[in-house]
Amino acid sequence: MEETIQKTQTEKIKPPVVSIGIIGWVKANLFNGWFNSALTIVTLYLLWKTIPPLFRWAFIDSVWRTTGAACRDTGGACWSIVTENLRFILFGFFPYELQWRPLLAILILFALLFFSRDRKYWKKLLGYAWIAGLFIMGLLMKGGLFGLTPVESTQWGGLPLTLLLSVFGLTAAYPLGVVLALGRQSKMRAIKLICIVYIELIRGVPLISLLFMASIIFPLFLPEGLTINKILRAQVAIILFTAAYIAEVVRGGLQGMSLGQYEAAESLGLNYYLTMRLVILPQALKIVIPPTVSILISAFKDTSLVVIIALYDLLKTTQTVLSNPEWMGFSREVYLFVAILYFLGCFSMSNFSRKLEKELSRGD
Amino acid sequence: MNKTSSVNSESQSSDKAMIEIIDVHKWFGDFHVLQGINLTVHKGERFVICGPSGSGKSTLIRCINRLEEHQRGRIIVDGIELTNNIKNIEKVRMEVGMVFQHFNLFPHLTIIENLTLGPIWVRKVPKAEAEENAMYYLEKVHIAEQAQKYPGQLSGGQQQRVAIARSLCMNPKVMLFDEPTSALDPEMIKEVLDVMIELAQEGMTMIVVSHEMGFAKSVAHRVLFMDYGKIVEGNSPEEFFENPQNERTKLFLSQILH
Repeated sequence: MEETIQKTQTEKIKPPVVSIGIIGWVKANLFNGWFNSALTIVTLYLLWKTIPPLFRWAFIDSVWRTTGAACRDTGGACWSIVTENLRFILFGFFPYELQWRPLLAILILFALLFFSRDRKYWKKLLGYAWIAGLFIMGLLMKGGLFGLTPVESTQWGGLPLTLLLSVFGLTAAYPLGVVLALGRQSKMRAIKLICIVYIELIRGVPLISLLFMASIIFPLFLPEGLTINKILRAQVAIILFTAAYIAEVVRGGLQGMSLGQYEAAESLGLNYYLTMRLVILPQALKIVIPPTVSILISAFKDTSLVVIIALYDLLKTTQTVLSNPEWMGFSREVYLFVAILYFLGCFSMSNFSRKLEKELSRGD
Repeated sequence: MNKTSSVNSESQSSDKAMIEIIDVHKWFGDFHVLQGINLTVHKGERFVICGPSGSGKSTLIRCINRLEEHQRGRIIVDGIELTNNIKNIEKVRMEVGMVFQHFNLFPHLTIIENLTLGPIWVRKVPKAEAEENAMYYLEKVHIAEQAQKYPGQLSGGQQQRVAIARSLCMNPKVMLFDEPTSALDPEMIKEVLDVMIELAQEGMTMIVVSHEMGFAKSVAHRVLFMDYGKIVEGNSPEEFFENPQNERTKLFLSQILH
């Protein structure tokens, strides 16, 4: 048996040129083997066939600020449908001259969300800011105080409505889902049973049927003269629906926790509430961030289902624009615009979740 | 039937019974895991319990802080009887520290946060005081420089020493050790045992489930041998190792003392 003991290298040896840099990357990823080379060439051909015409349609031949009639004469995209109807798409039937109010409310919401993004701002002050912000946003939307003209909630629509339904829907559904998950794990039979029945019932029906129930059947049970705001009813339906899904995801996280964590917490004398709050939930909720965010994203998109109970959310205002004879037929452009808005919402959620996950995984 | 397990204290401990276990039975389904255990541990006494796996030794000490519920008999810890009364259970858990085989540190908290969690939330100690106290115990287990790290960044031996410090921060009257060294790499066993020996020398009341016979010889007042849910033999370490009475004890000792 012979052994070779390598002397410690004093000078650094660089890898061969062909395996690094752009050439190396291209070689390793695009042209390694005949199959991948063929795929690369086909893909390049398809891109060459599609991208330039798309670019031409969207930016060169397109019109940006014209009437609908003028649009029909051009071969490119008719972005005019977005620019000319922007205020209706965004704010629906909110009185035209008062539309600065929902705009301001949205800006306040974005500012609050932006600051909530960073965990170093998660202090009491941010909590107060949210409370004040919610009050101001409500005031801006509803009016009636401080000389603001009252606006009926039936006139709310567009982006503020979508944001209202999703932001409140998601923030209320999350804690409710966690409570349901804990309830499903409870040793108390009655609580466990109630939670299981609730979760399975809600998951067993589509959101559309819940929305129908909230808007049509539920009012039948109310005493004469008592009505509950339609938006609120839809909101509650969305919350109840999303919570059931979150509950199941959180339950998965709870089941992933080792018994030792419970035992360690209990043997320190922590009671059930403290064990959950300080030891179990911080770990379990962290594990399930990715699936939770998936649910939140799909719930955000599902808010568009409120069109079927005739609430004018972002998608419904868009459809309304398309039913105007002047703009009929330009659905591609305007739906693309709405898609971008939805994408921005979903993408920032998933971005935030990745950031949060990264920050919370310091201990691993 | 378990006369051997009652203690006529040859130690210098006071007469106050810290733990009294009277005819305790427990079943897991049909499996009779504890079959009438009687045991009295006085203040300052140190017991080592050994025995083959499945003999009920871990279950026994887990009953002492109610991680397991006994189904017959009585367990009284520092004058408080363990029943279904949650308040009593929490009181007992405040006084009884537990160290687990797999450390069970809280991975999402730093070492210092692991140590201060109990004192701050259960004993309501102000944060600054709890941290000062935690640093004192971290010094004691020779690991103060790791205070700001997370458990995952520490070796097994270090984690187990942190776990011991975490229990000590609650200022317990009794410490229970459930096979504290059996999940450790061989080279780390000593650092943990050393800490436990120091703790013993300060007069802590300890019950240790362990097969570390060197440890038993050097610090235990009594060594108990359990088999099939019973305490088969209990004696001073000298007698226990030199002159085991029971056949099963002899067999067991011959197997672990190669």
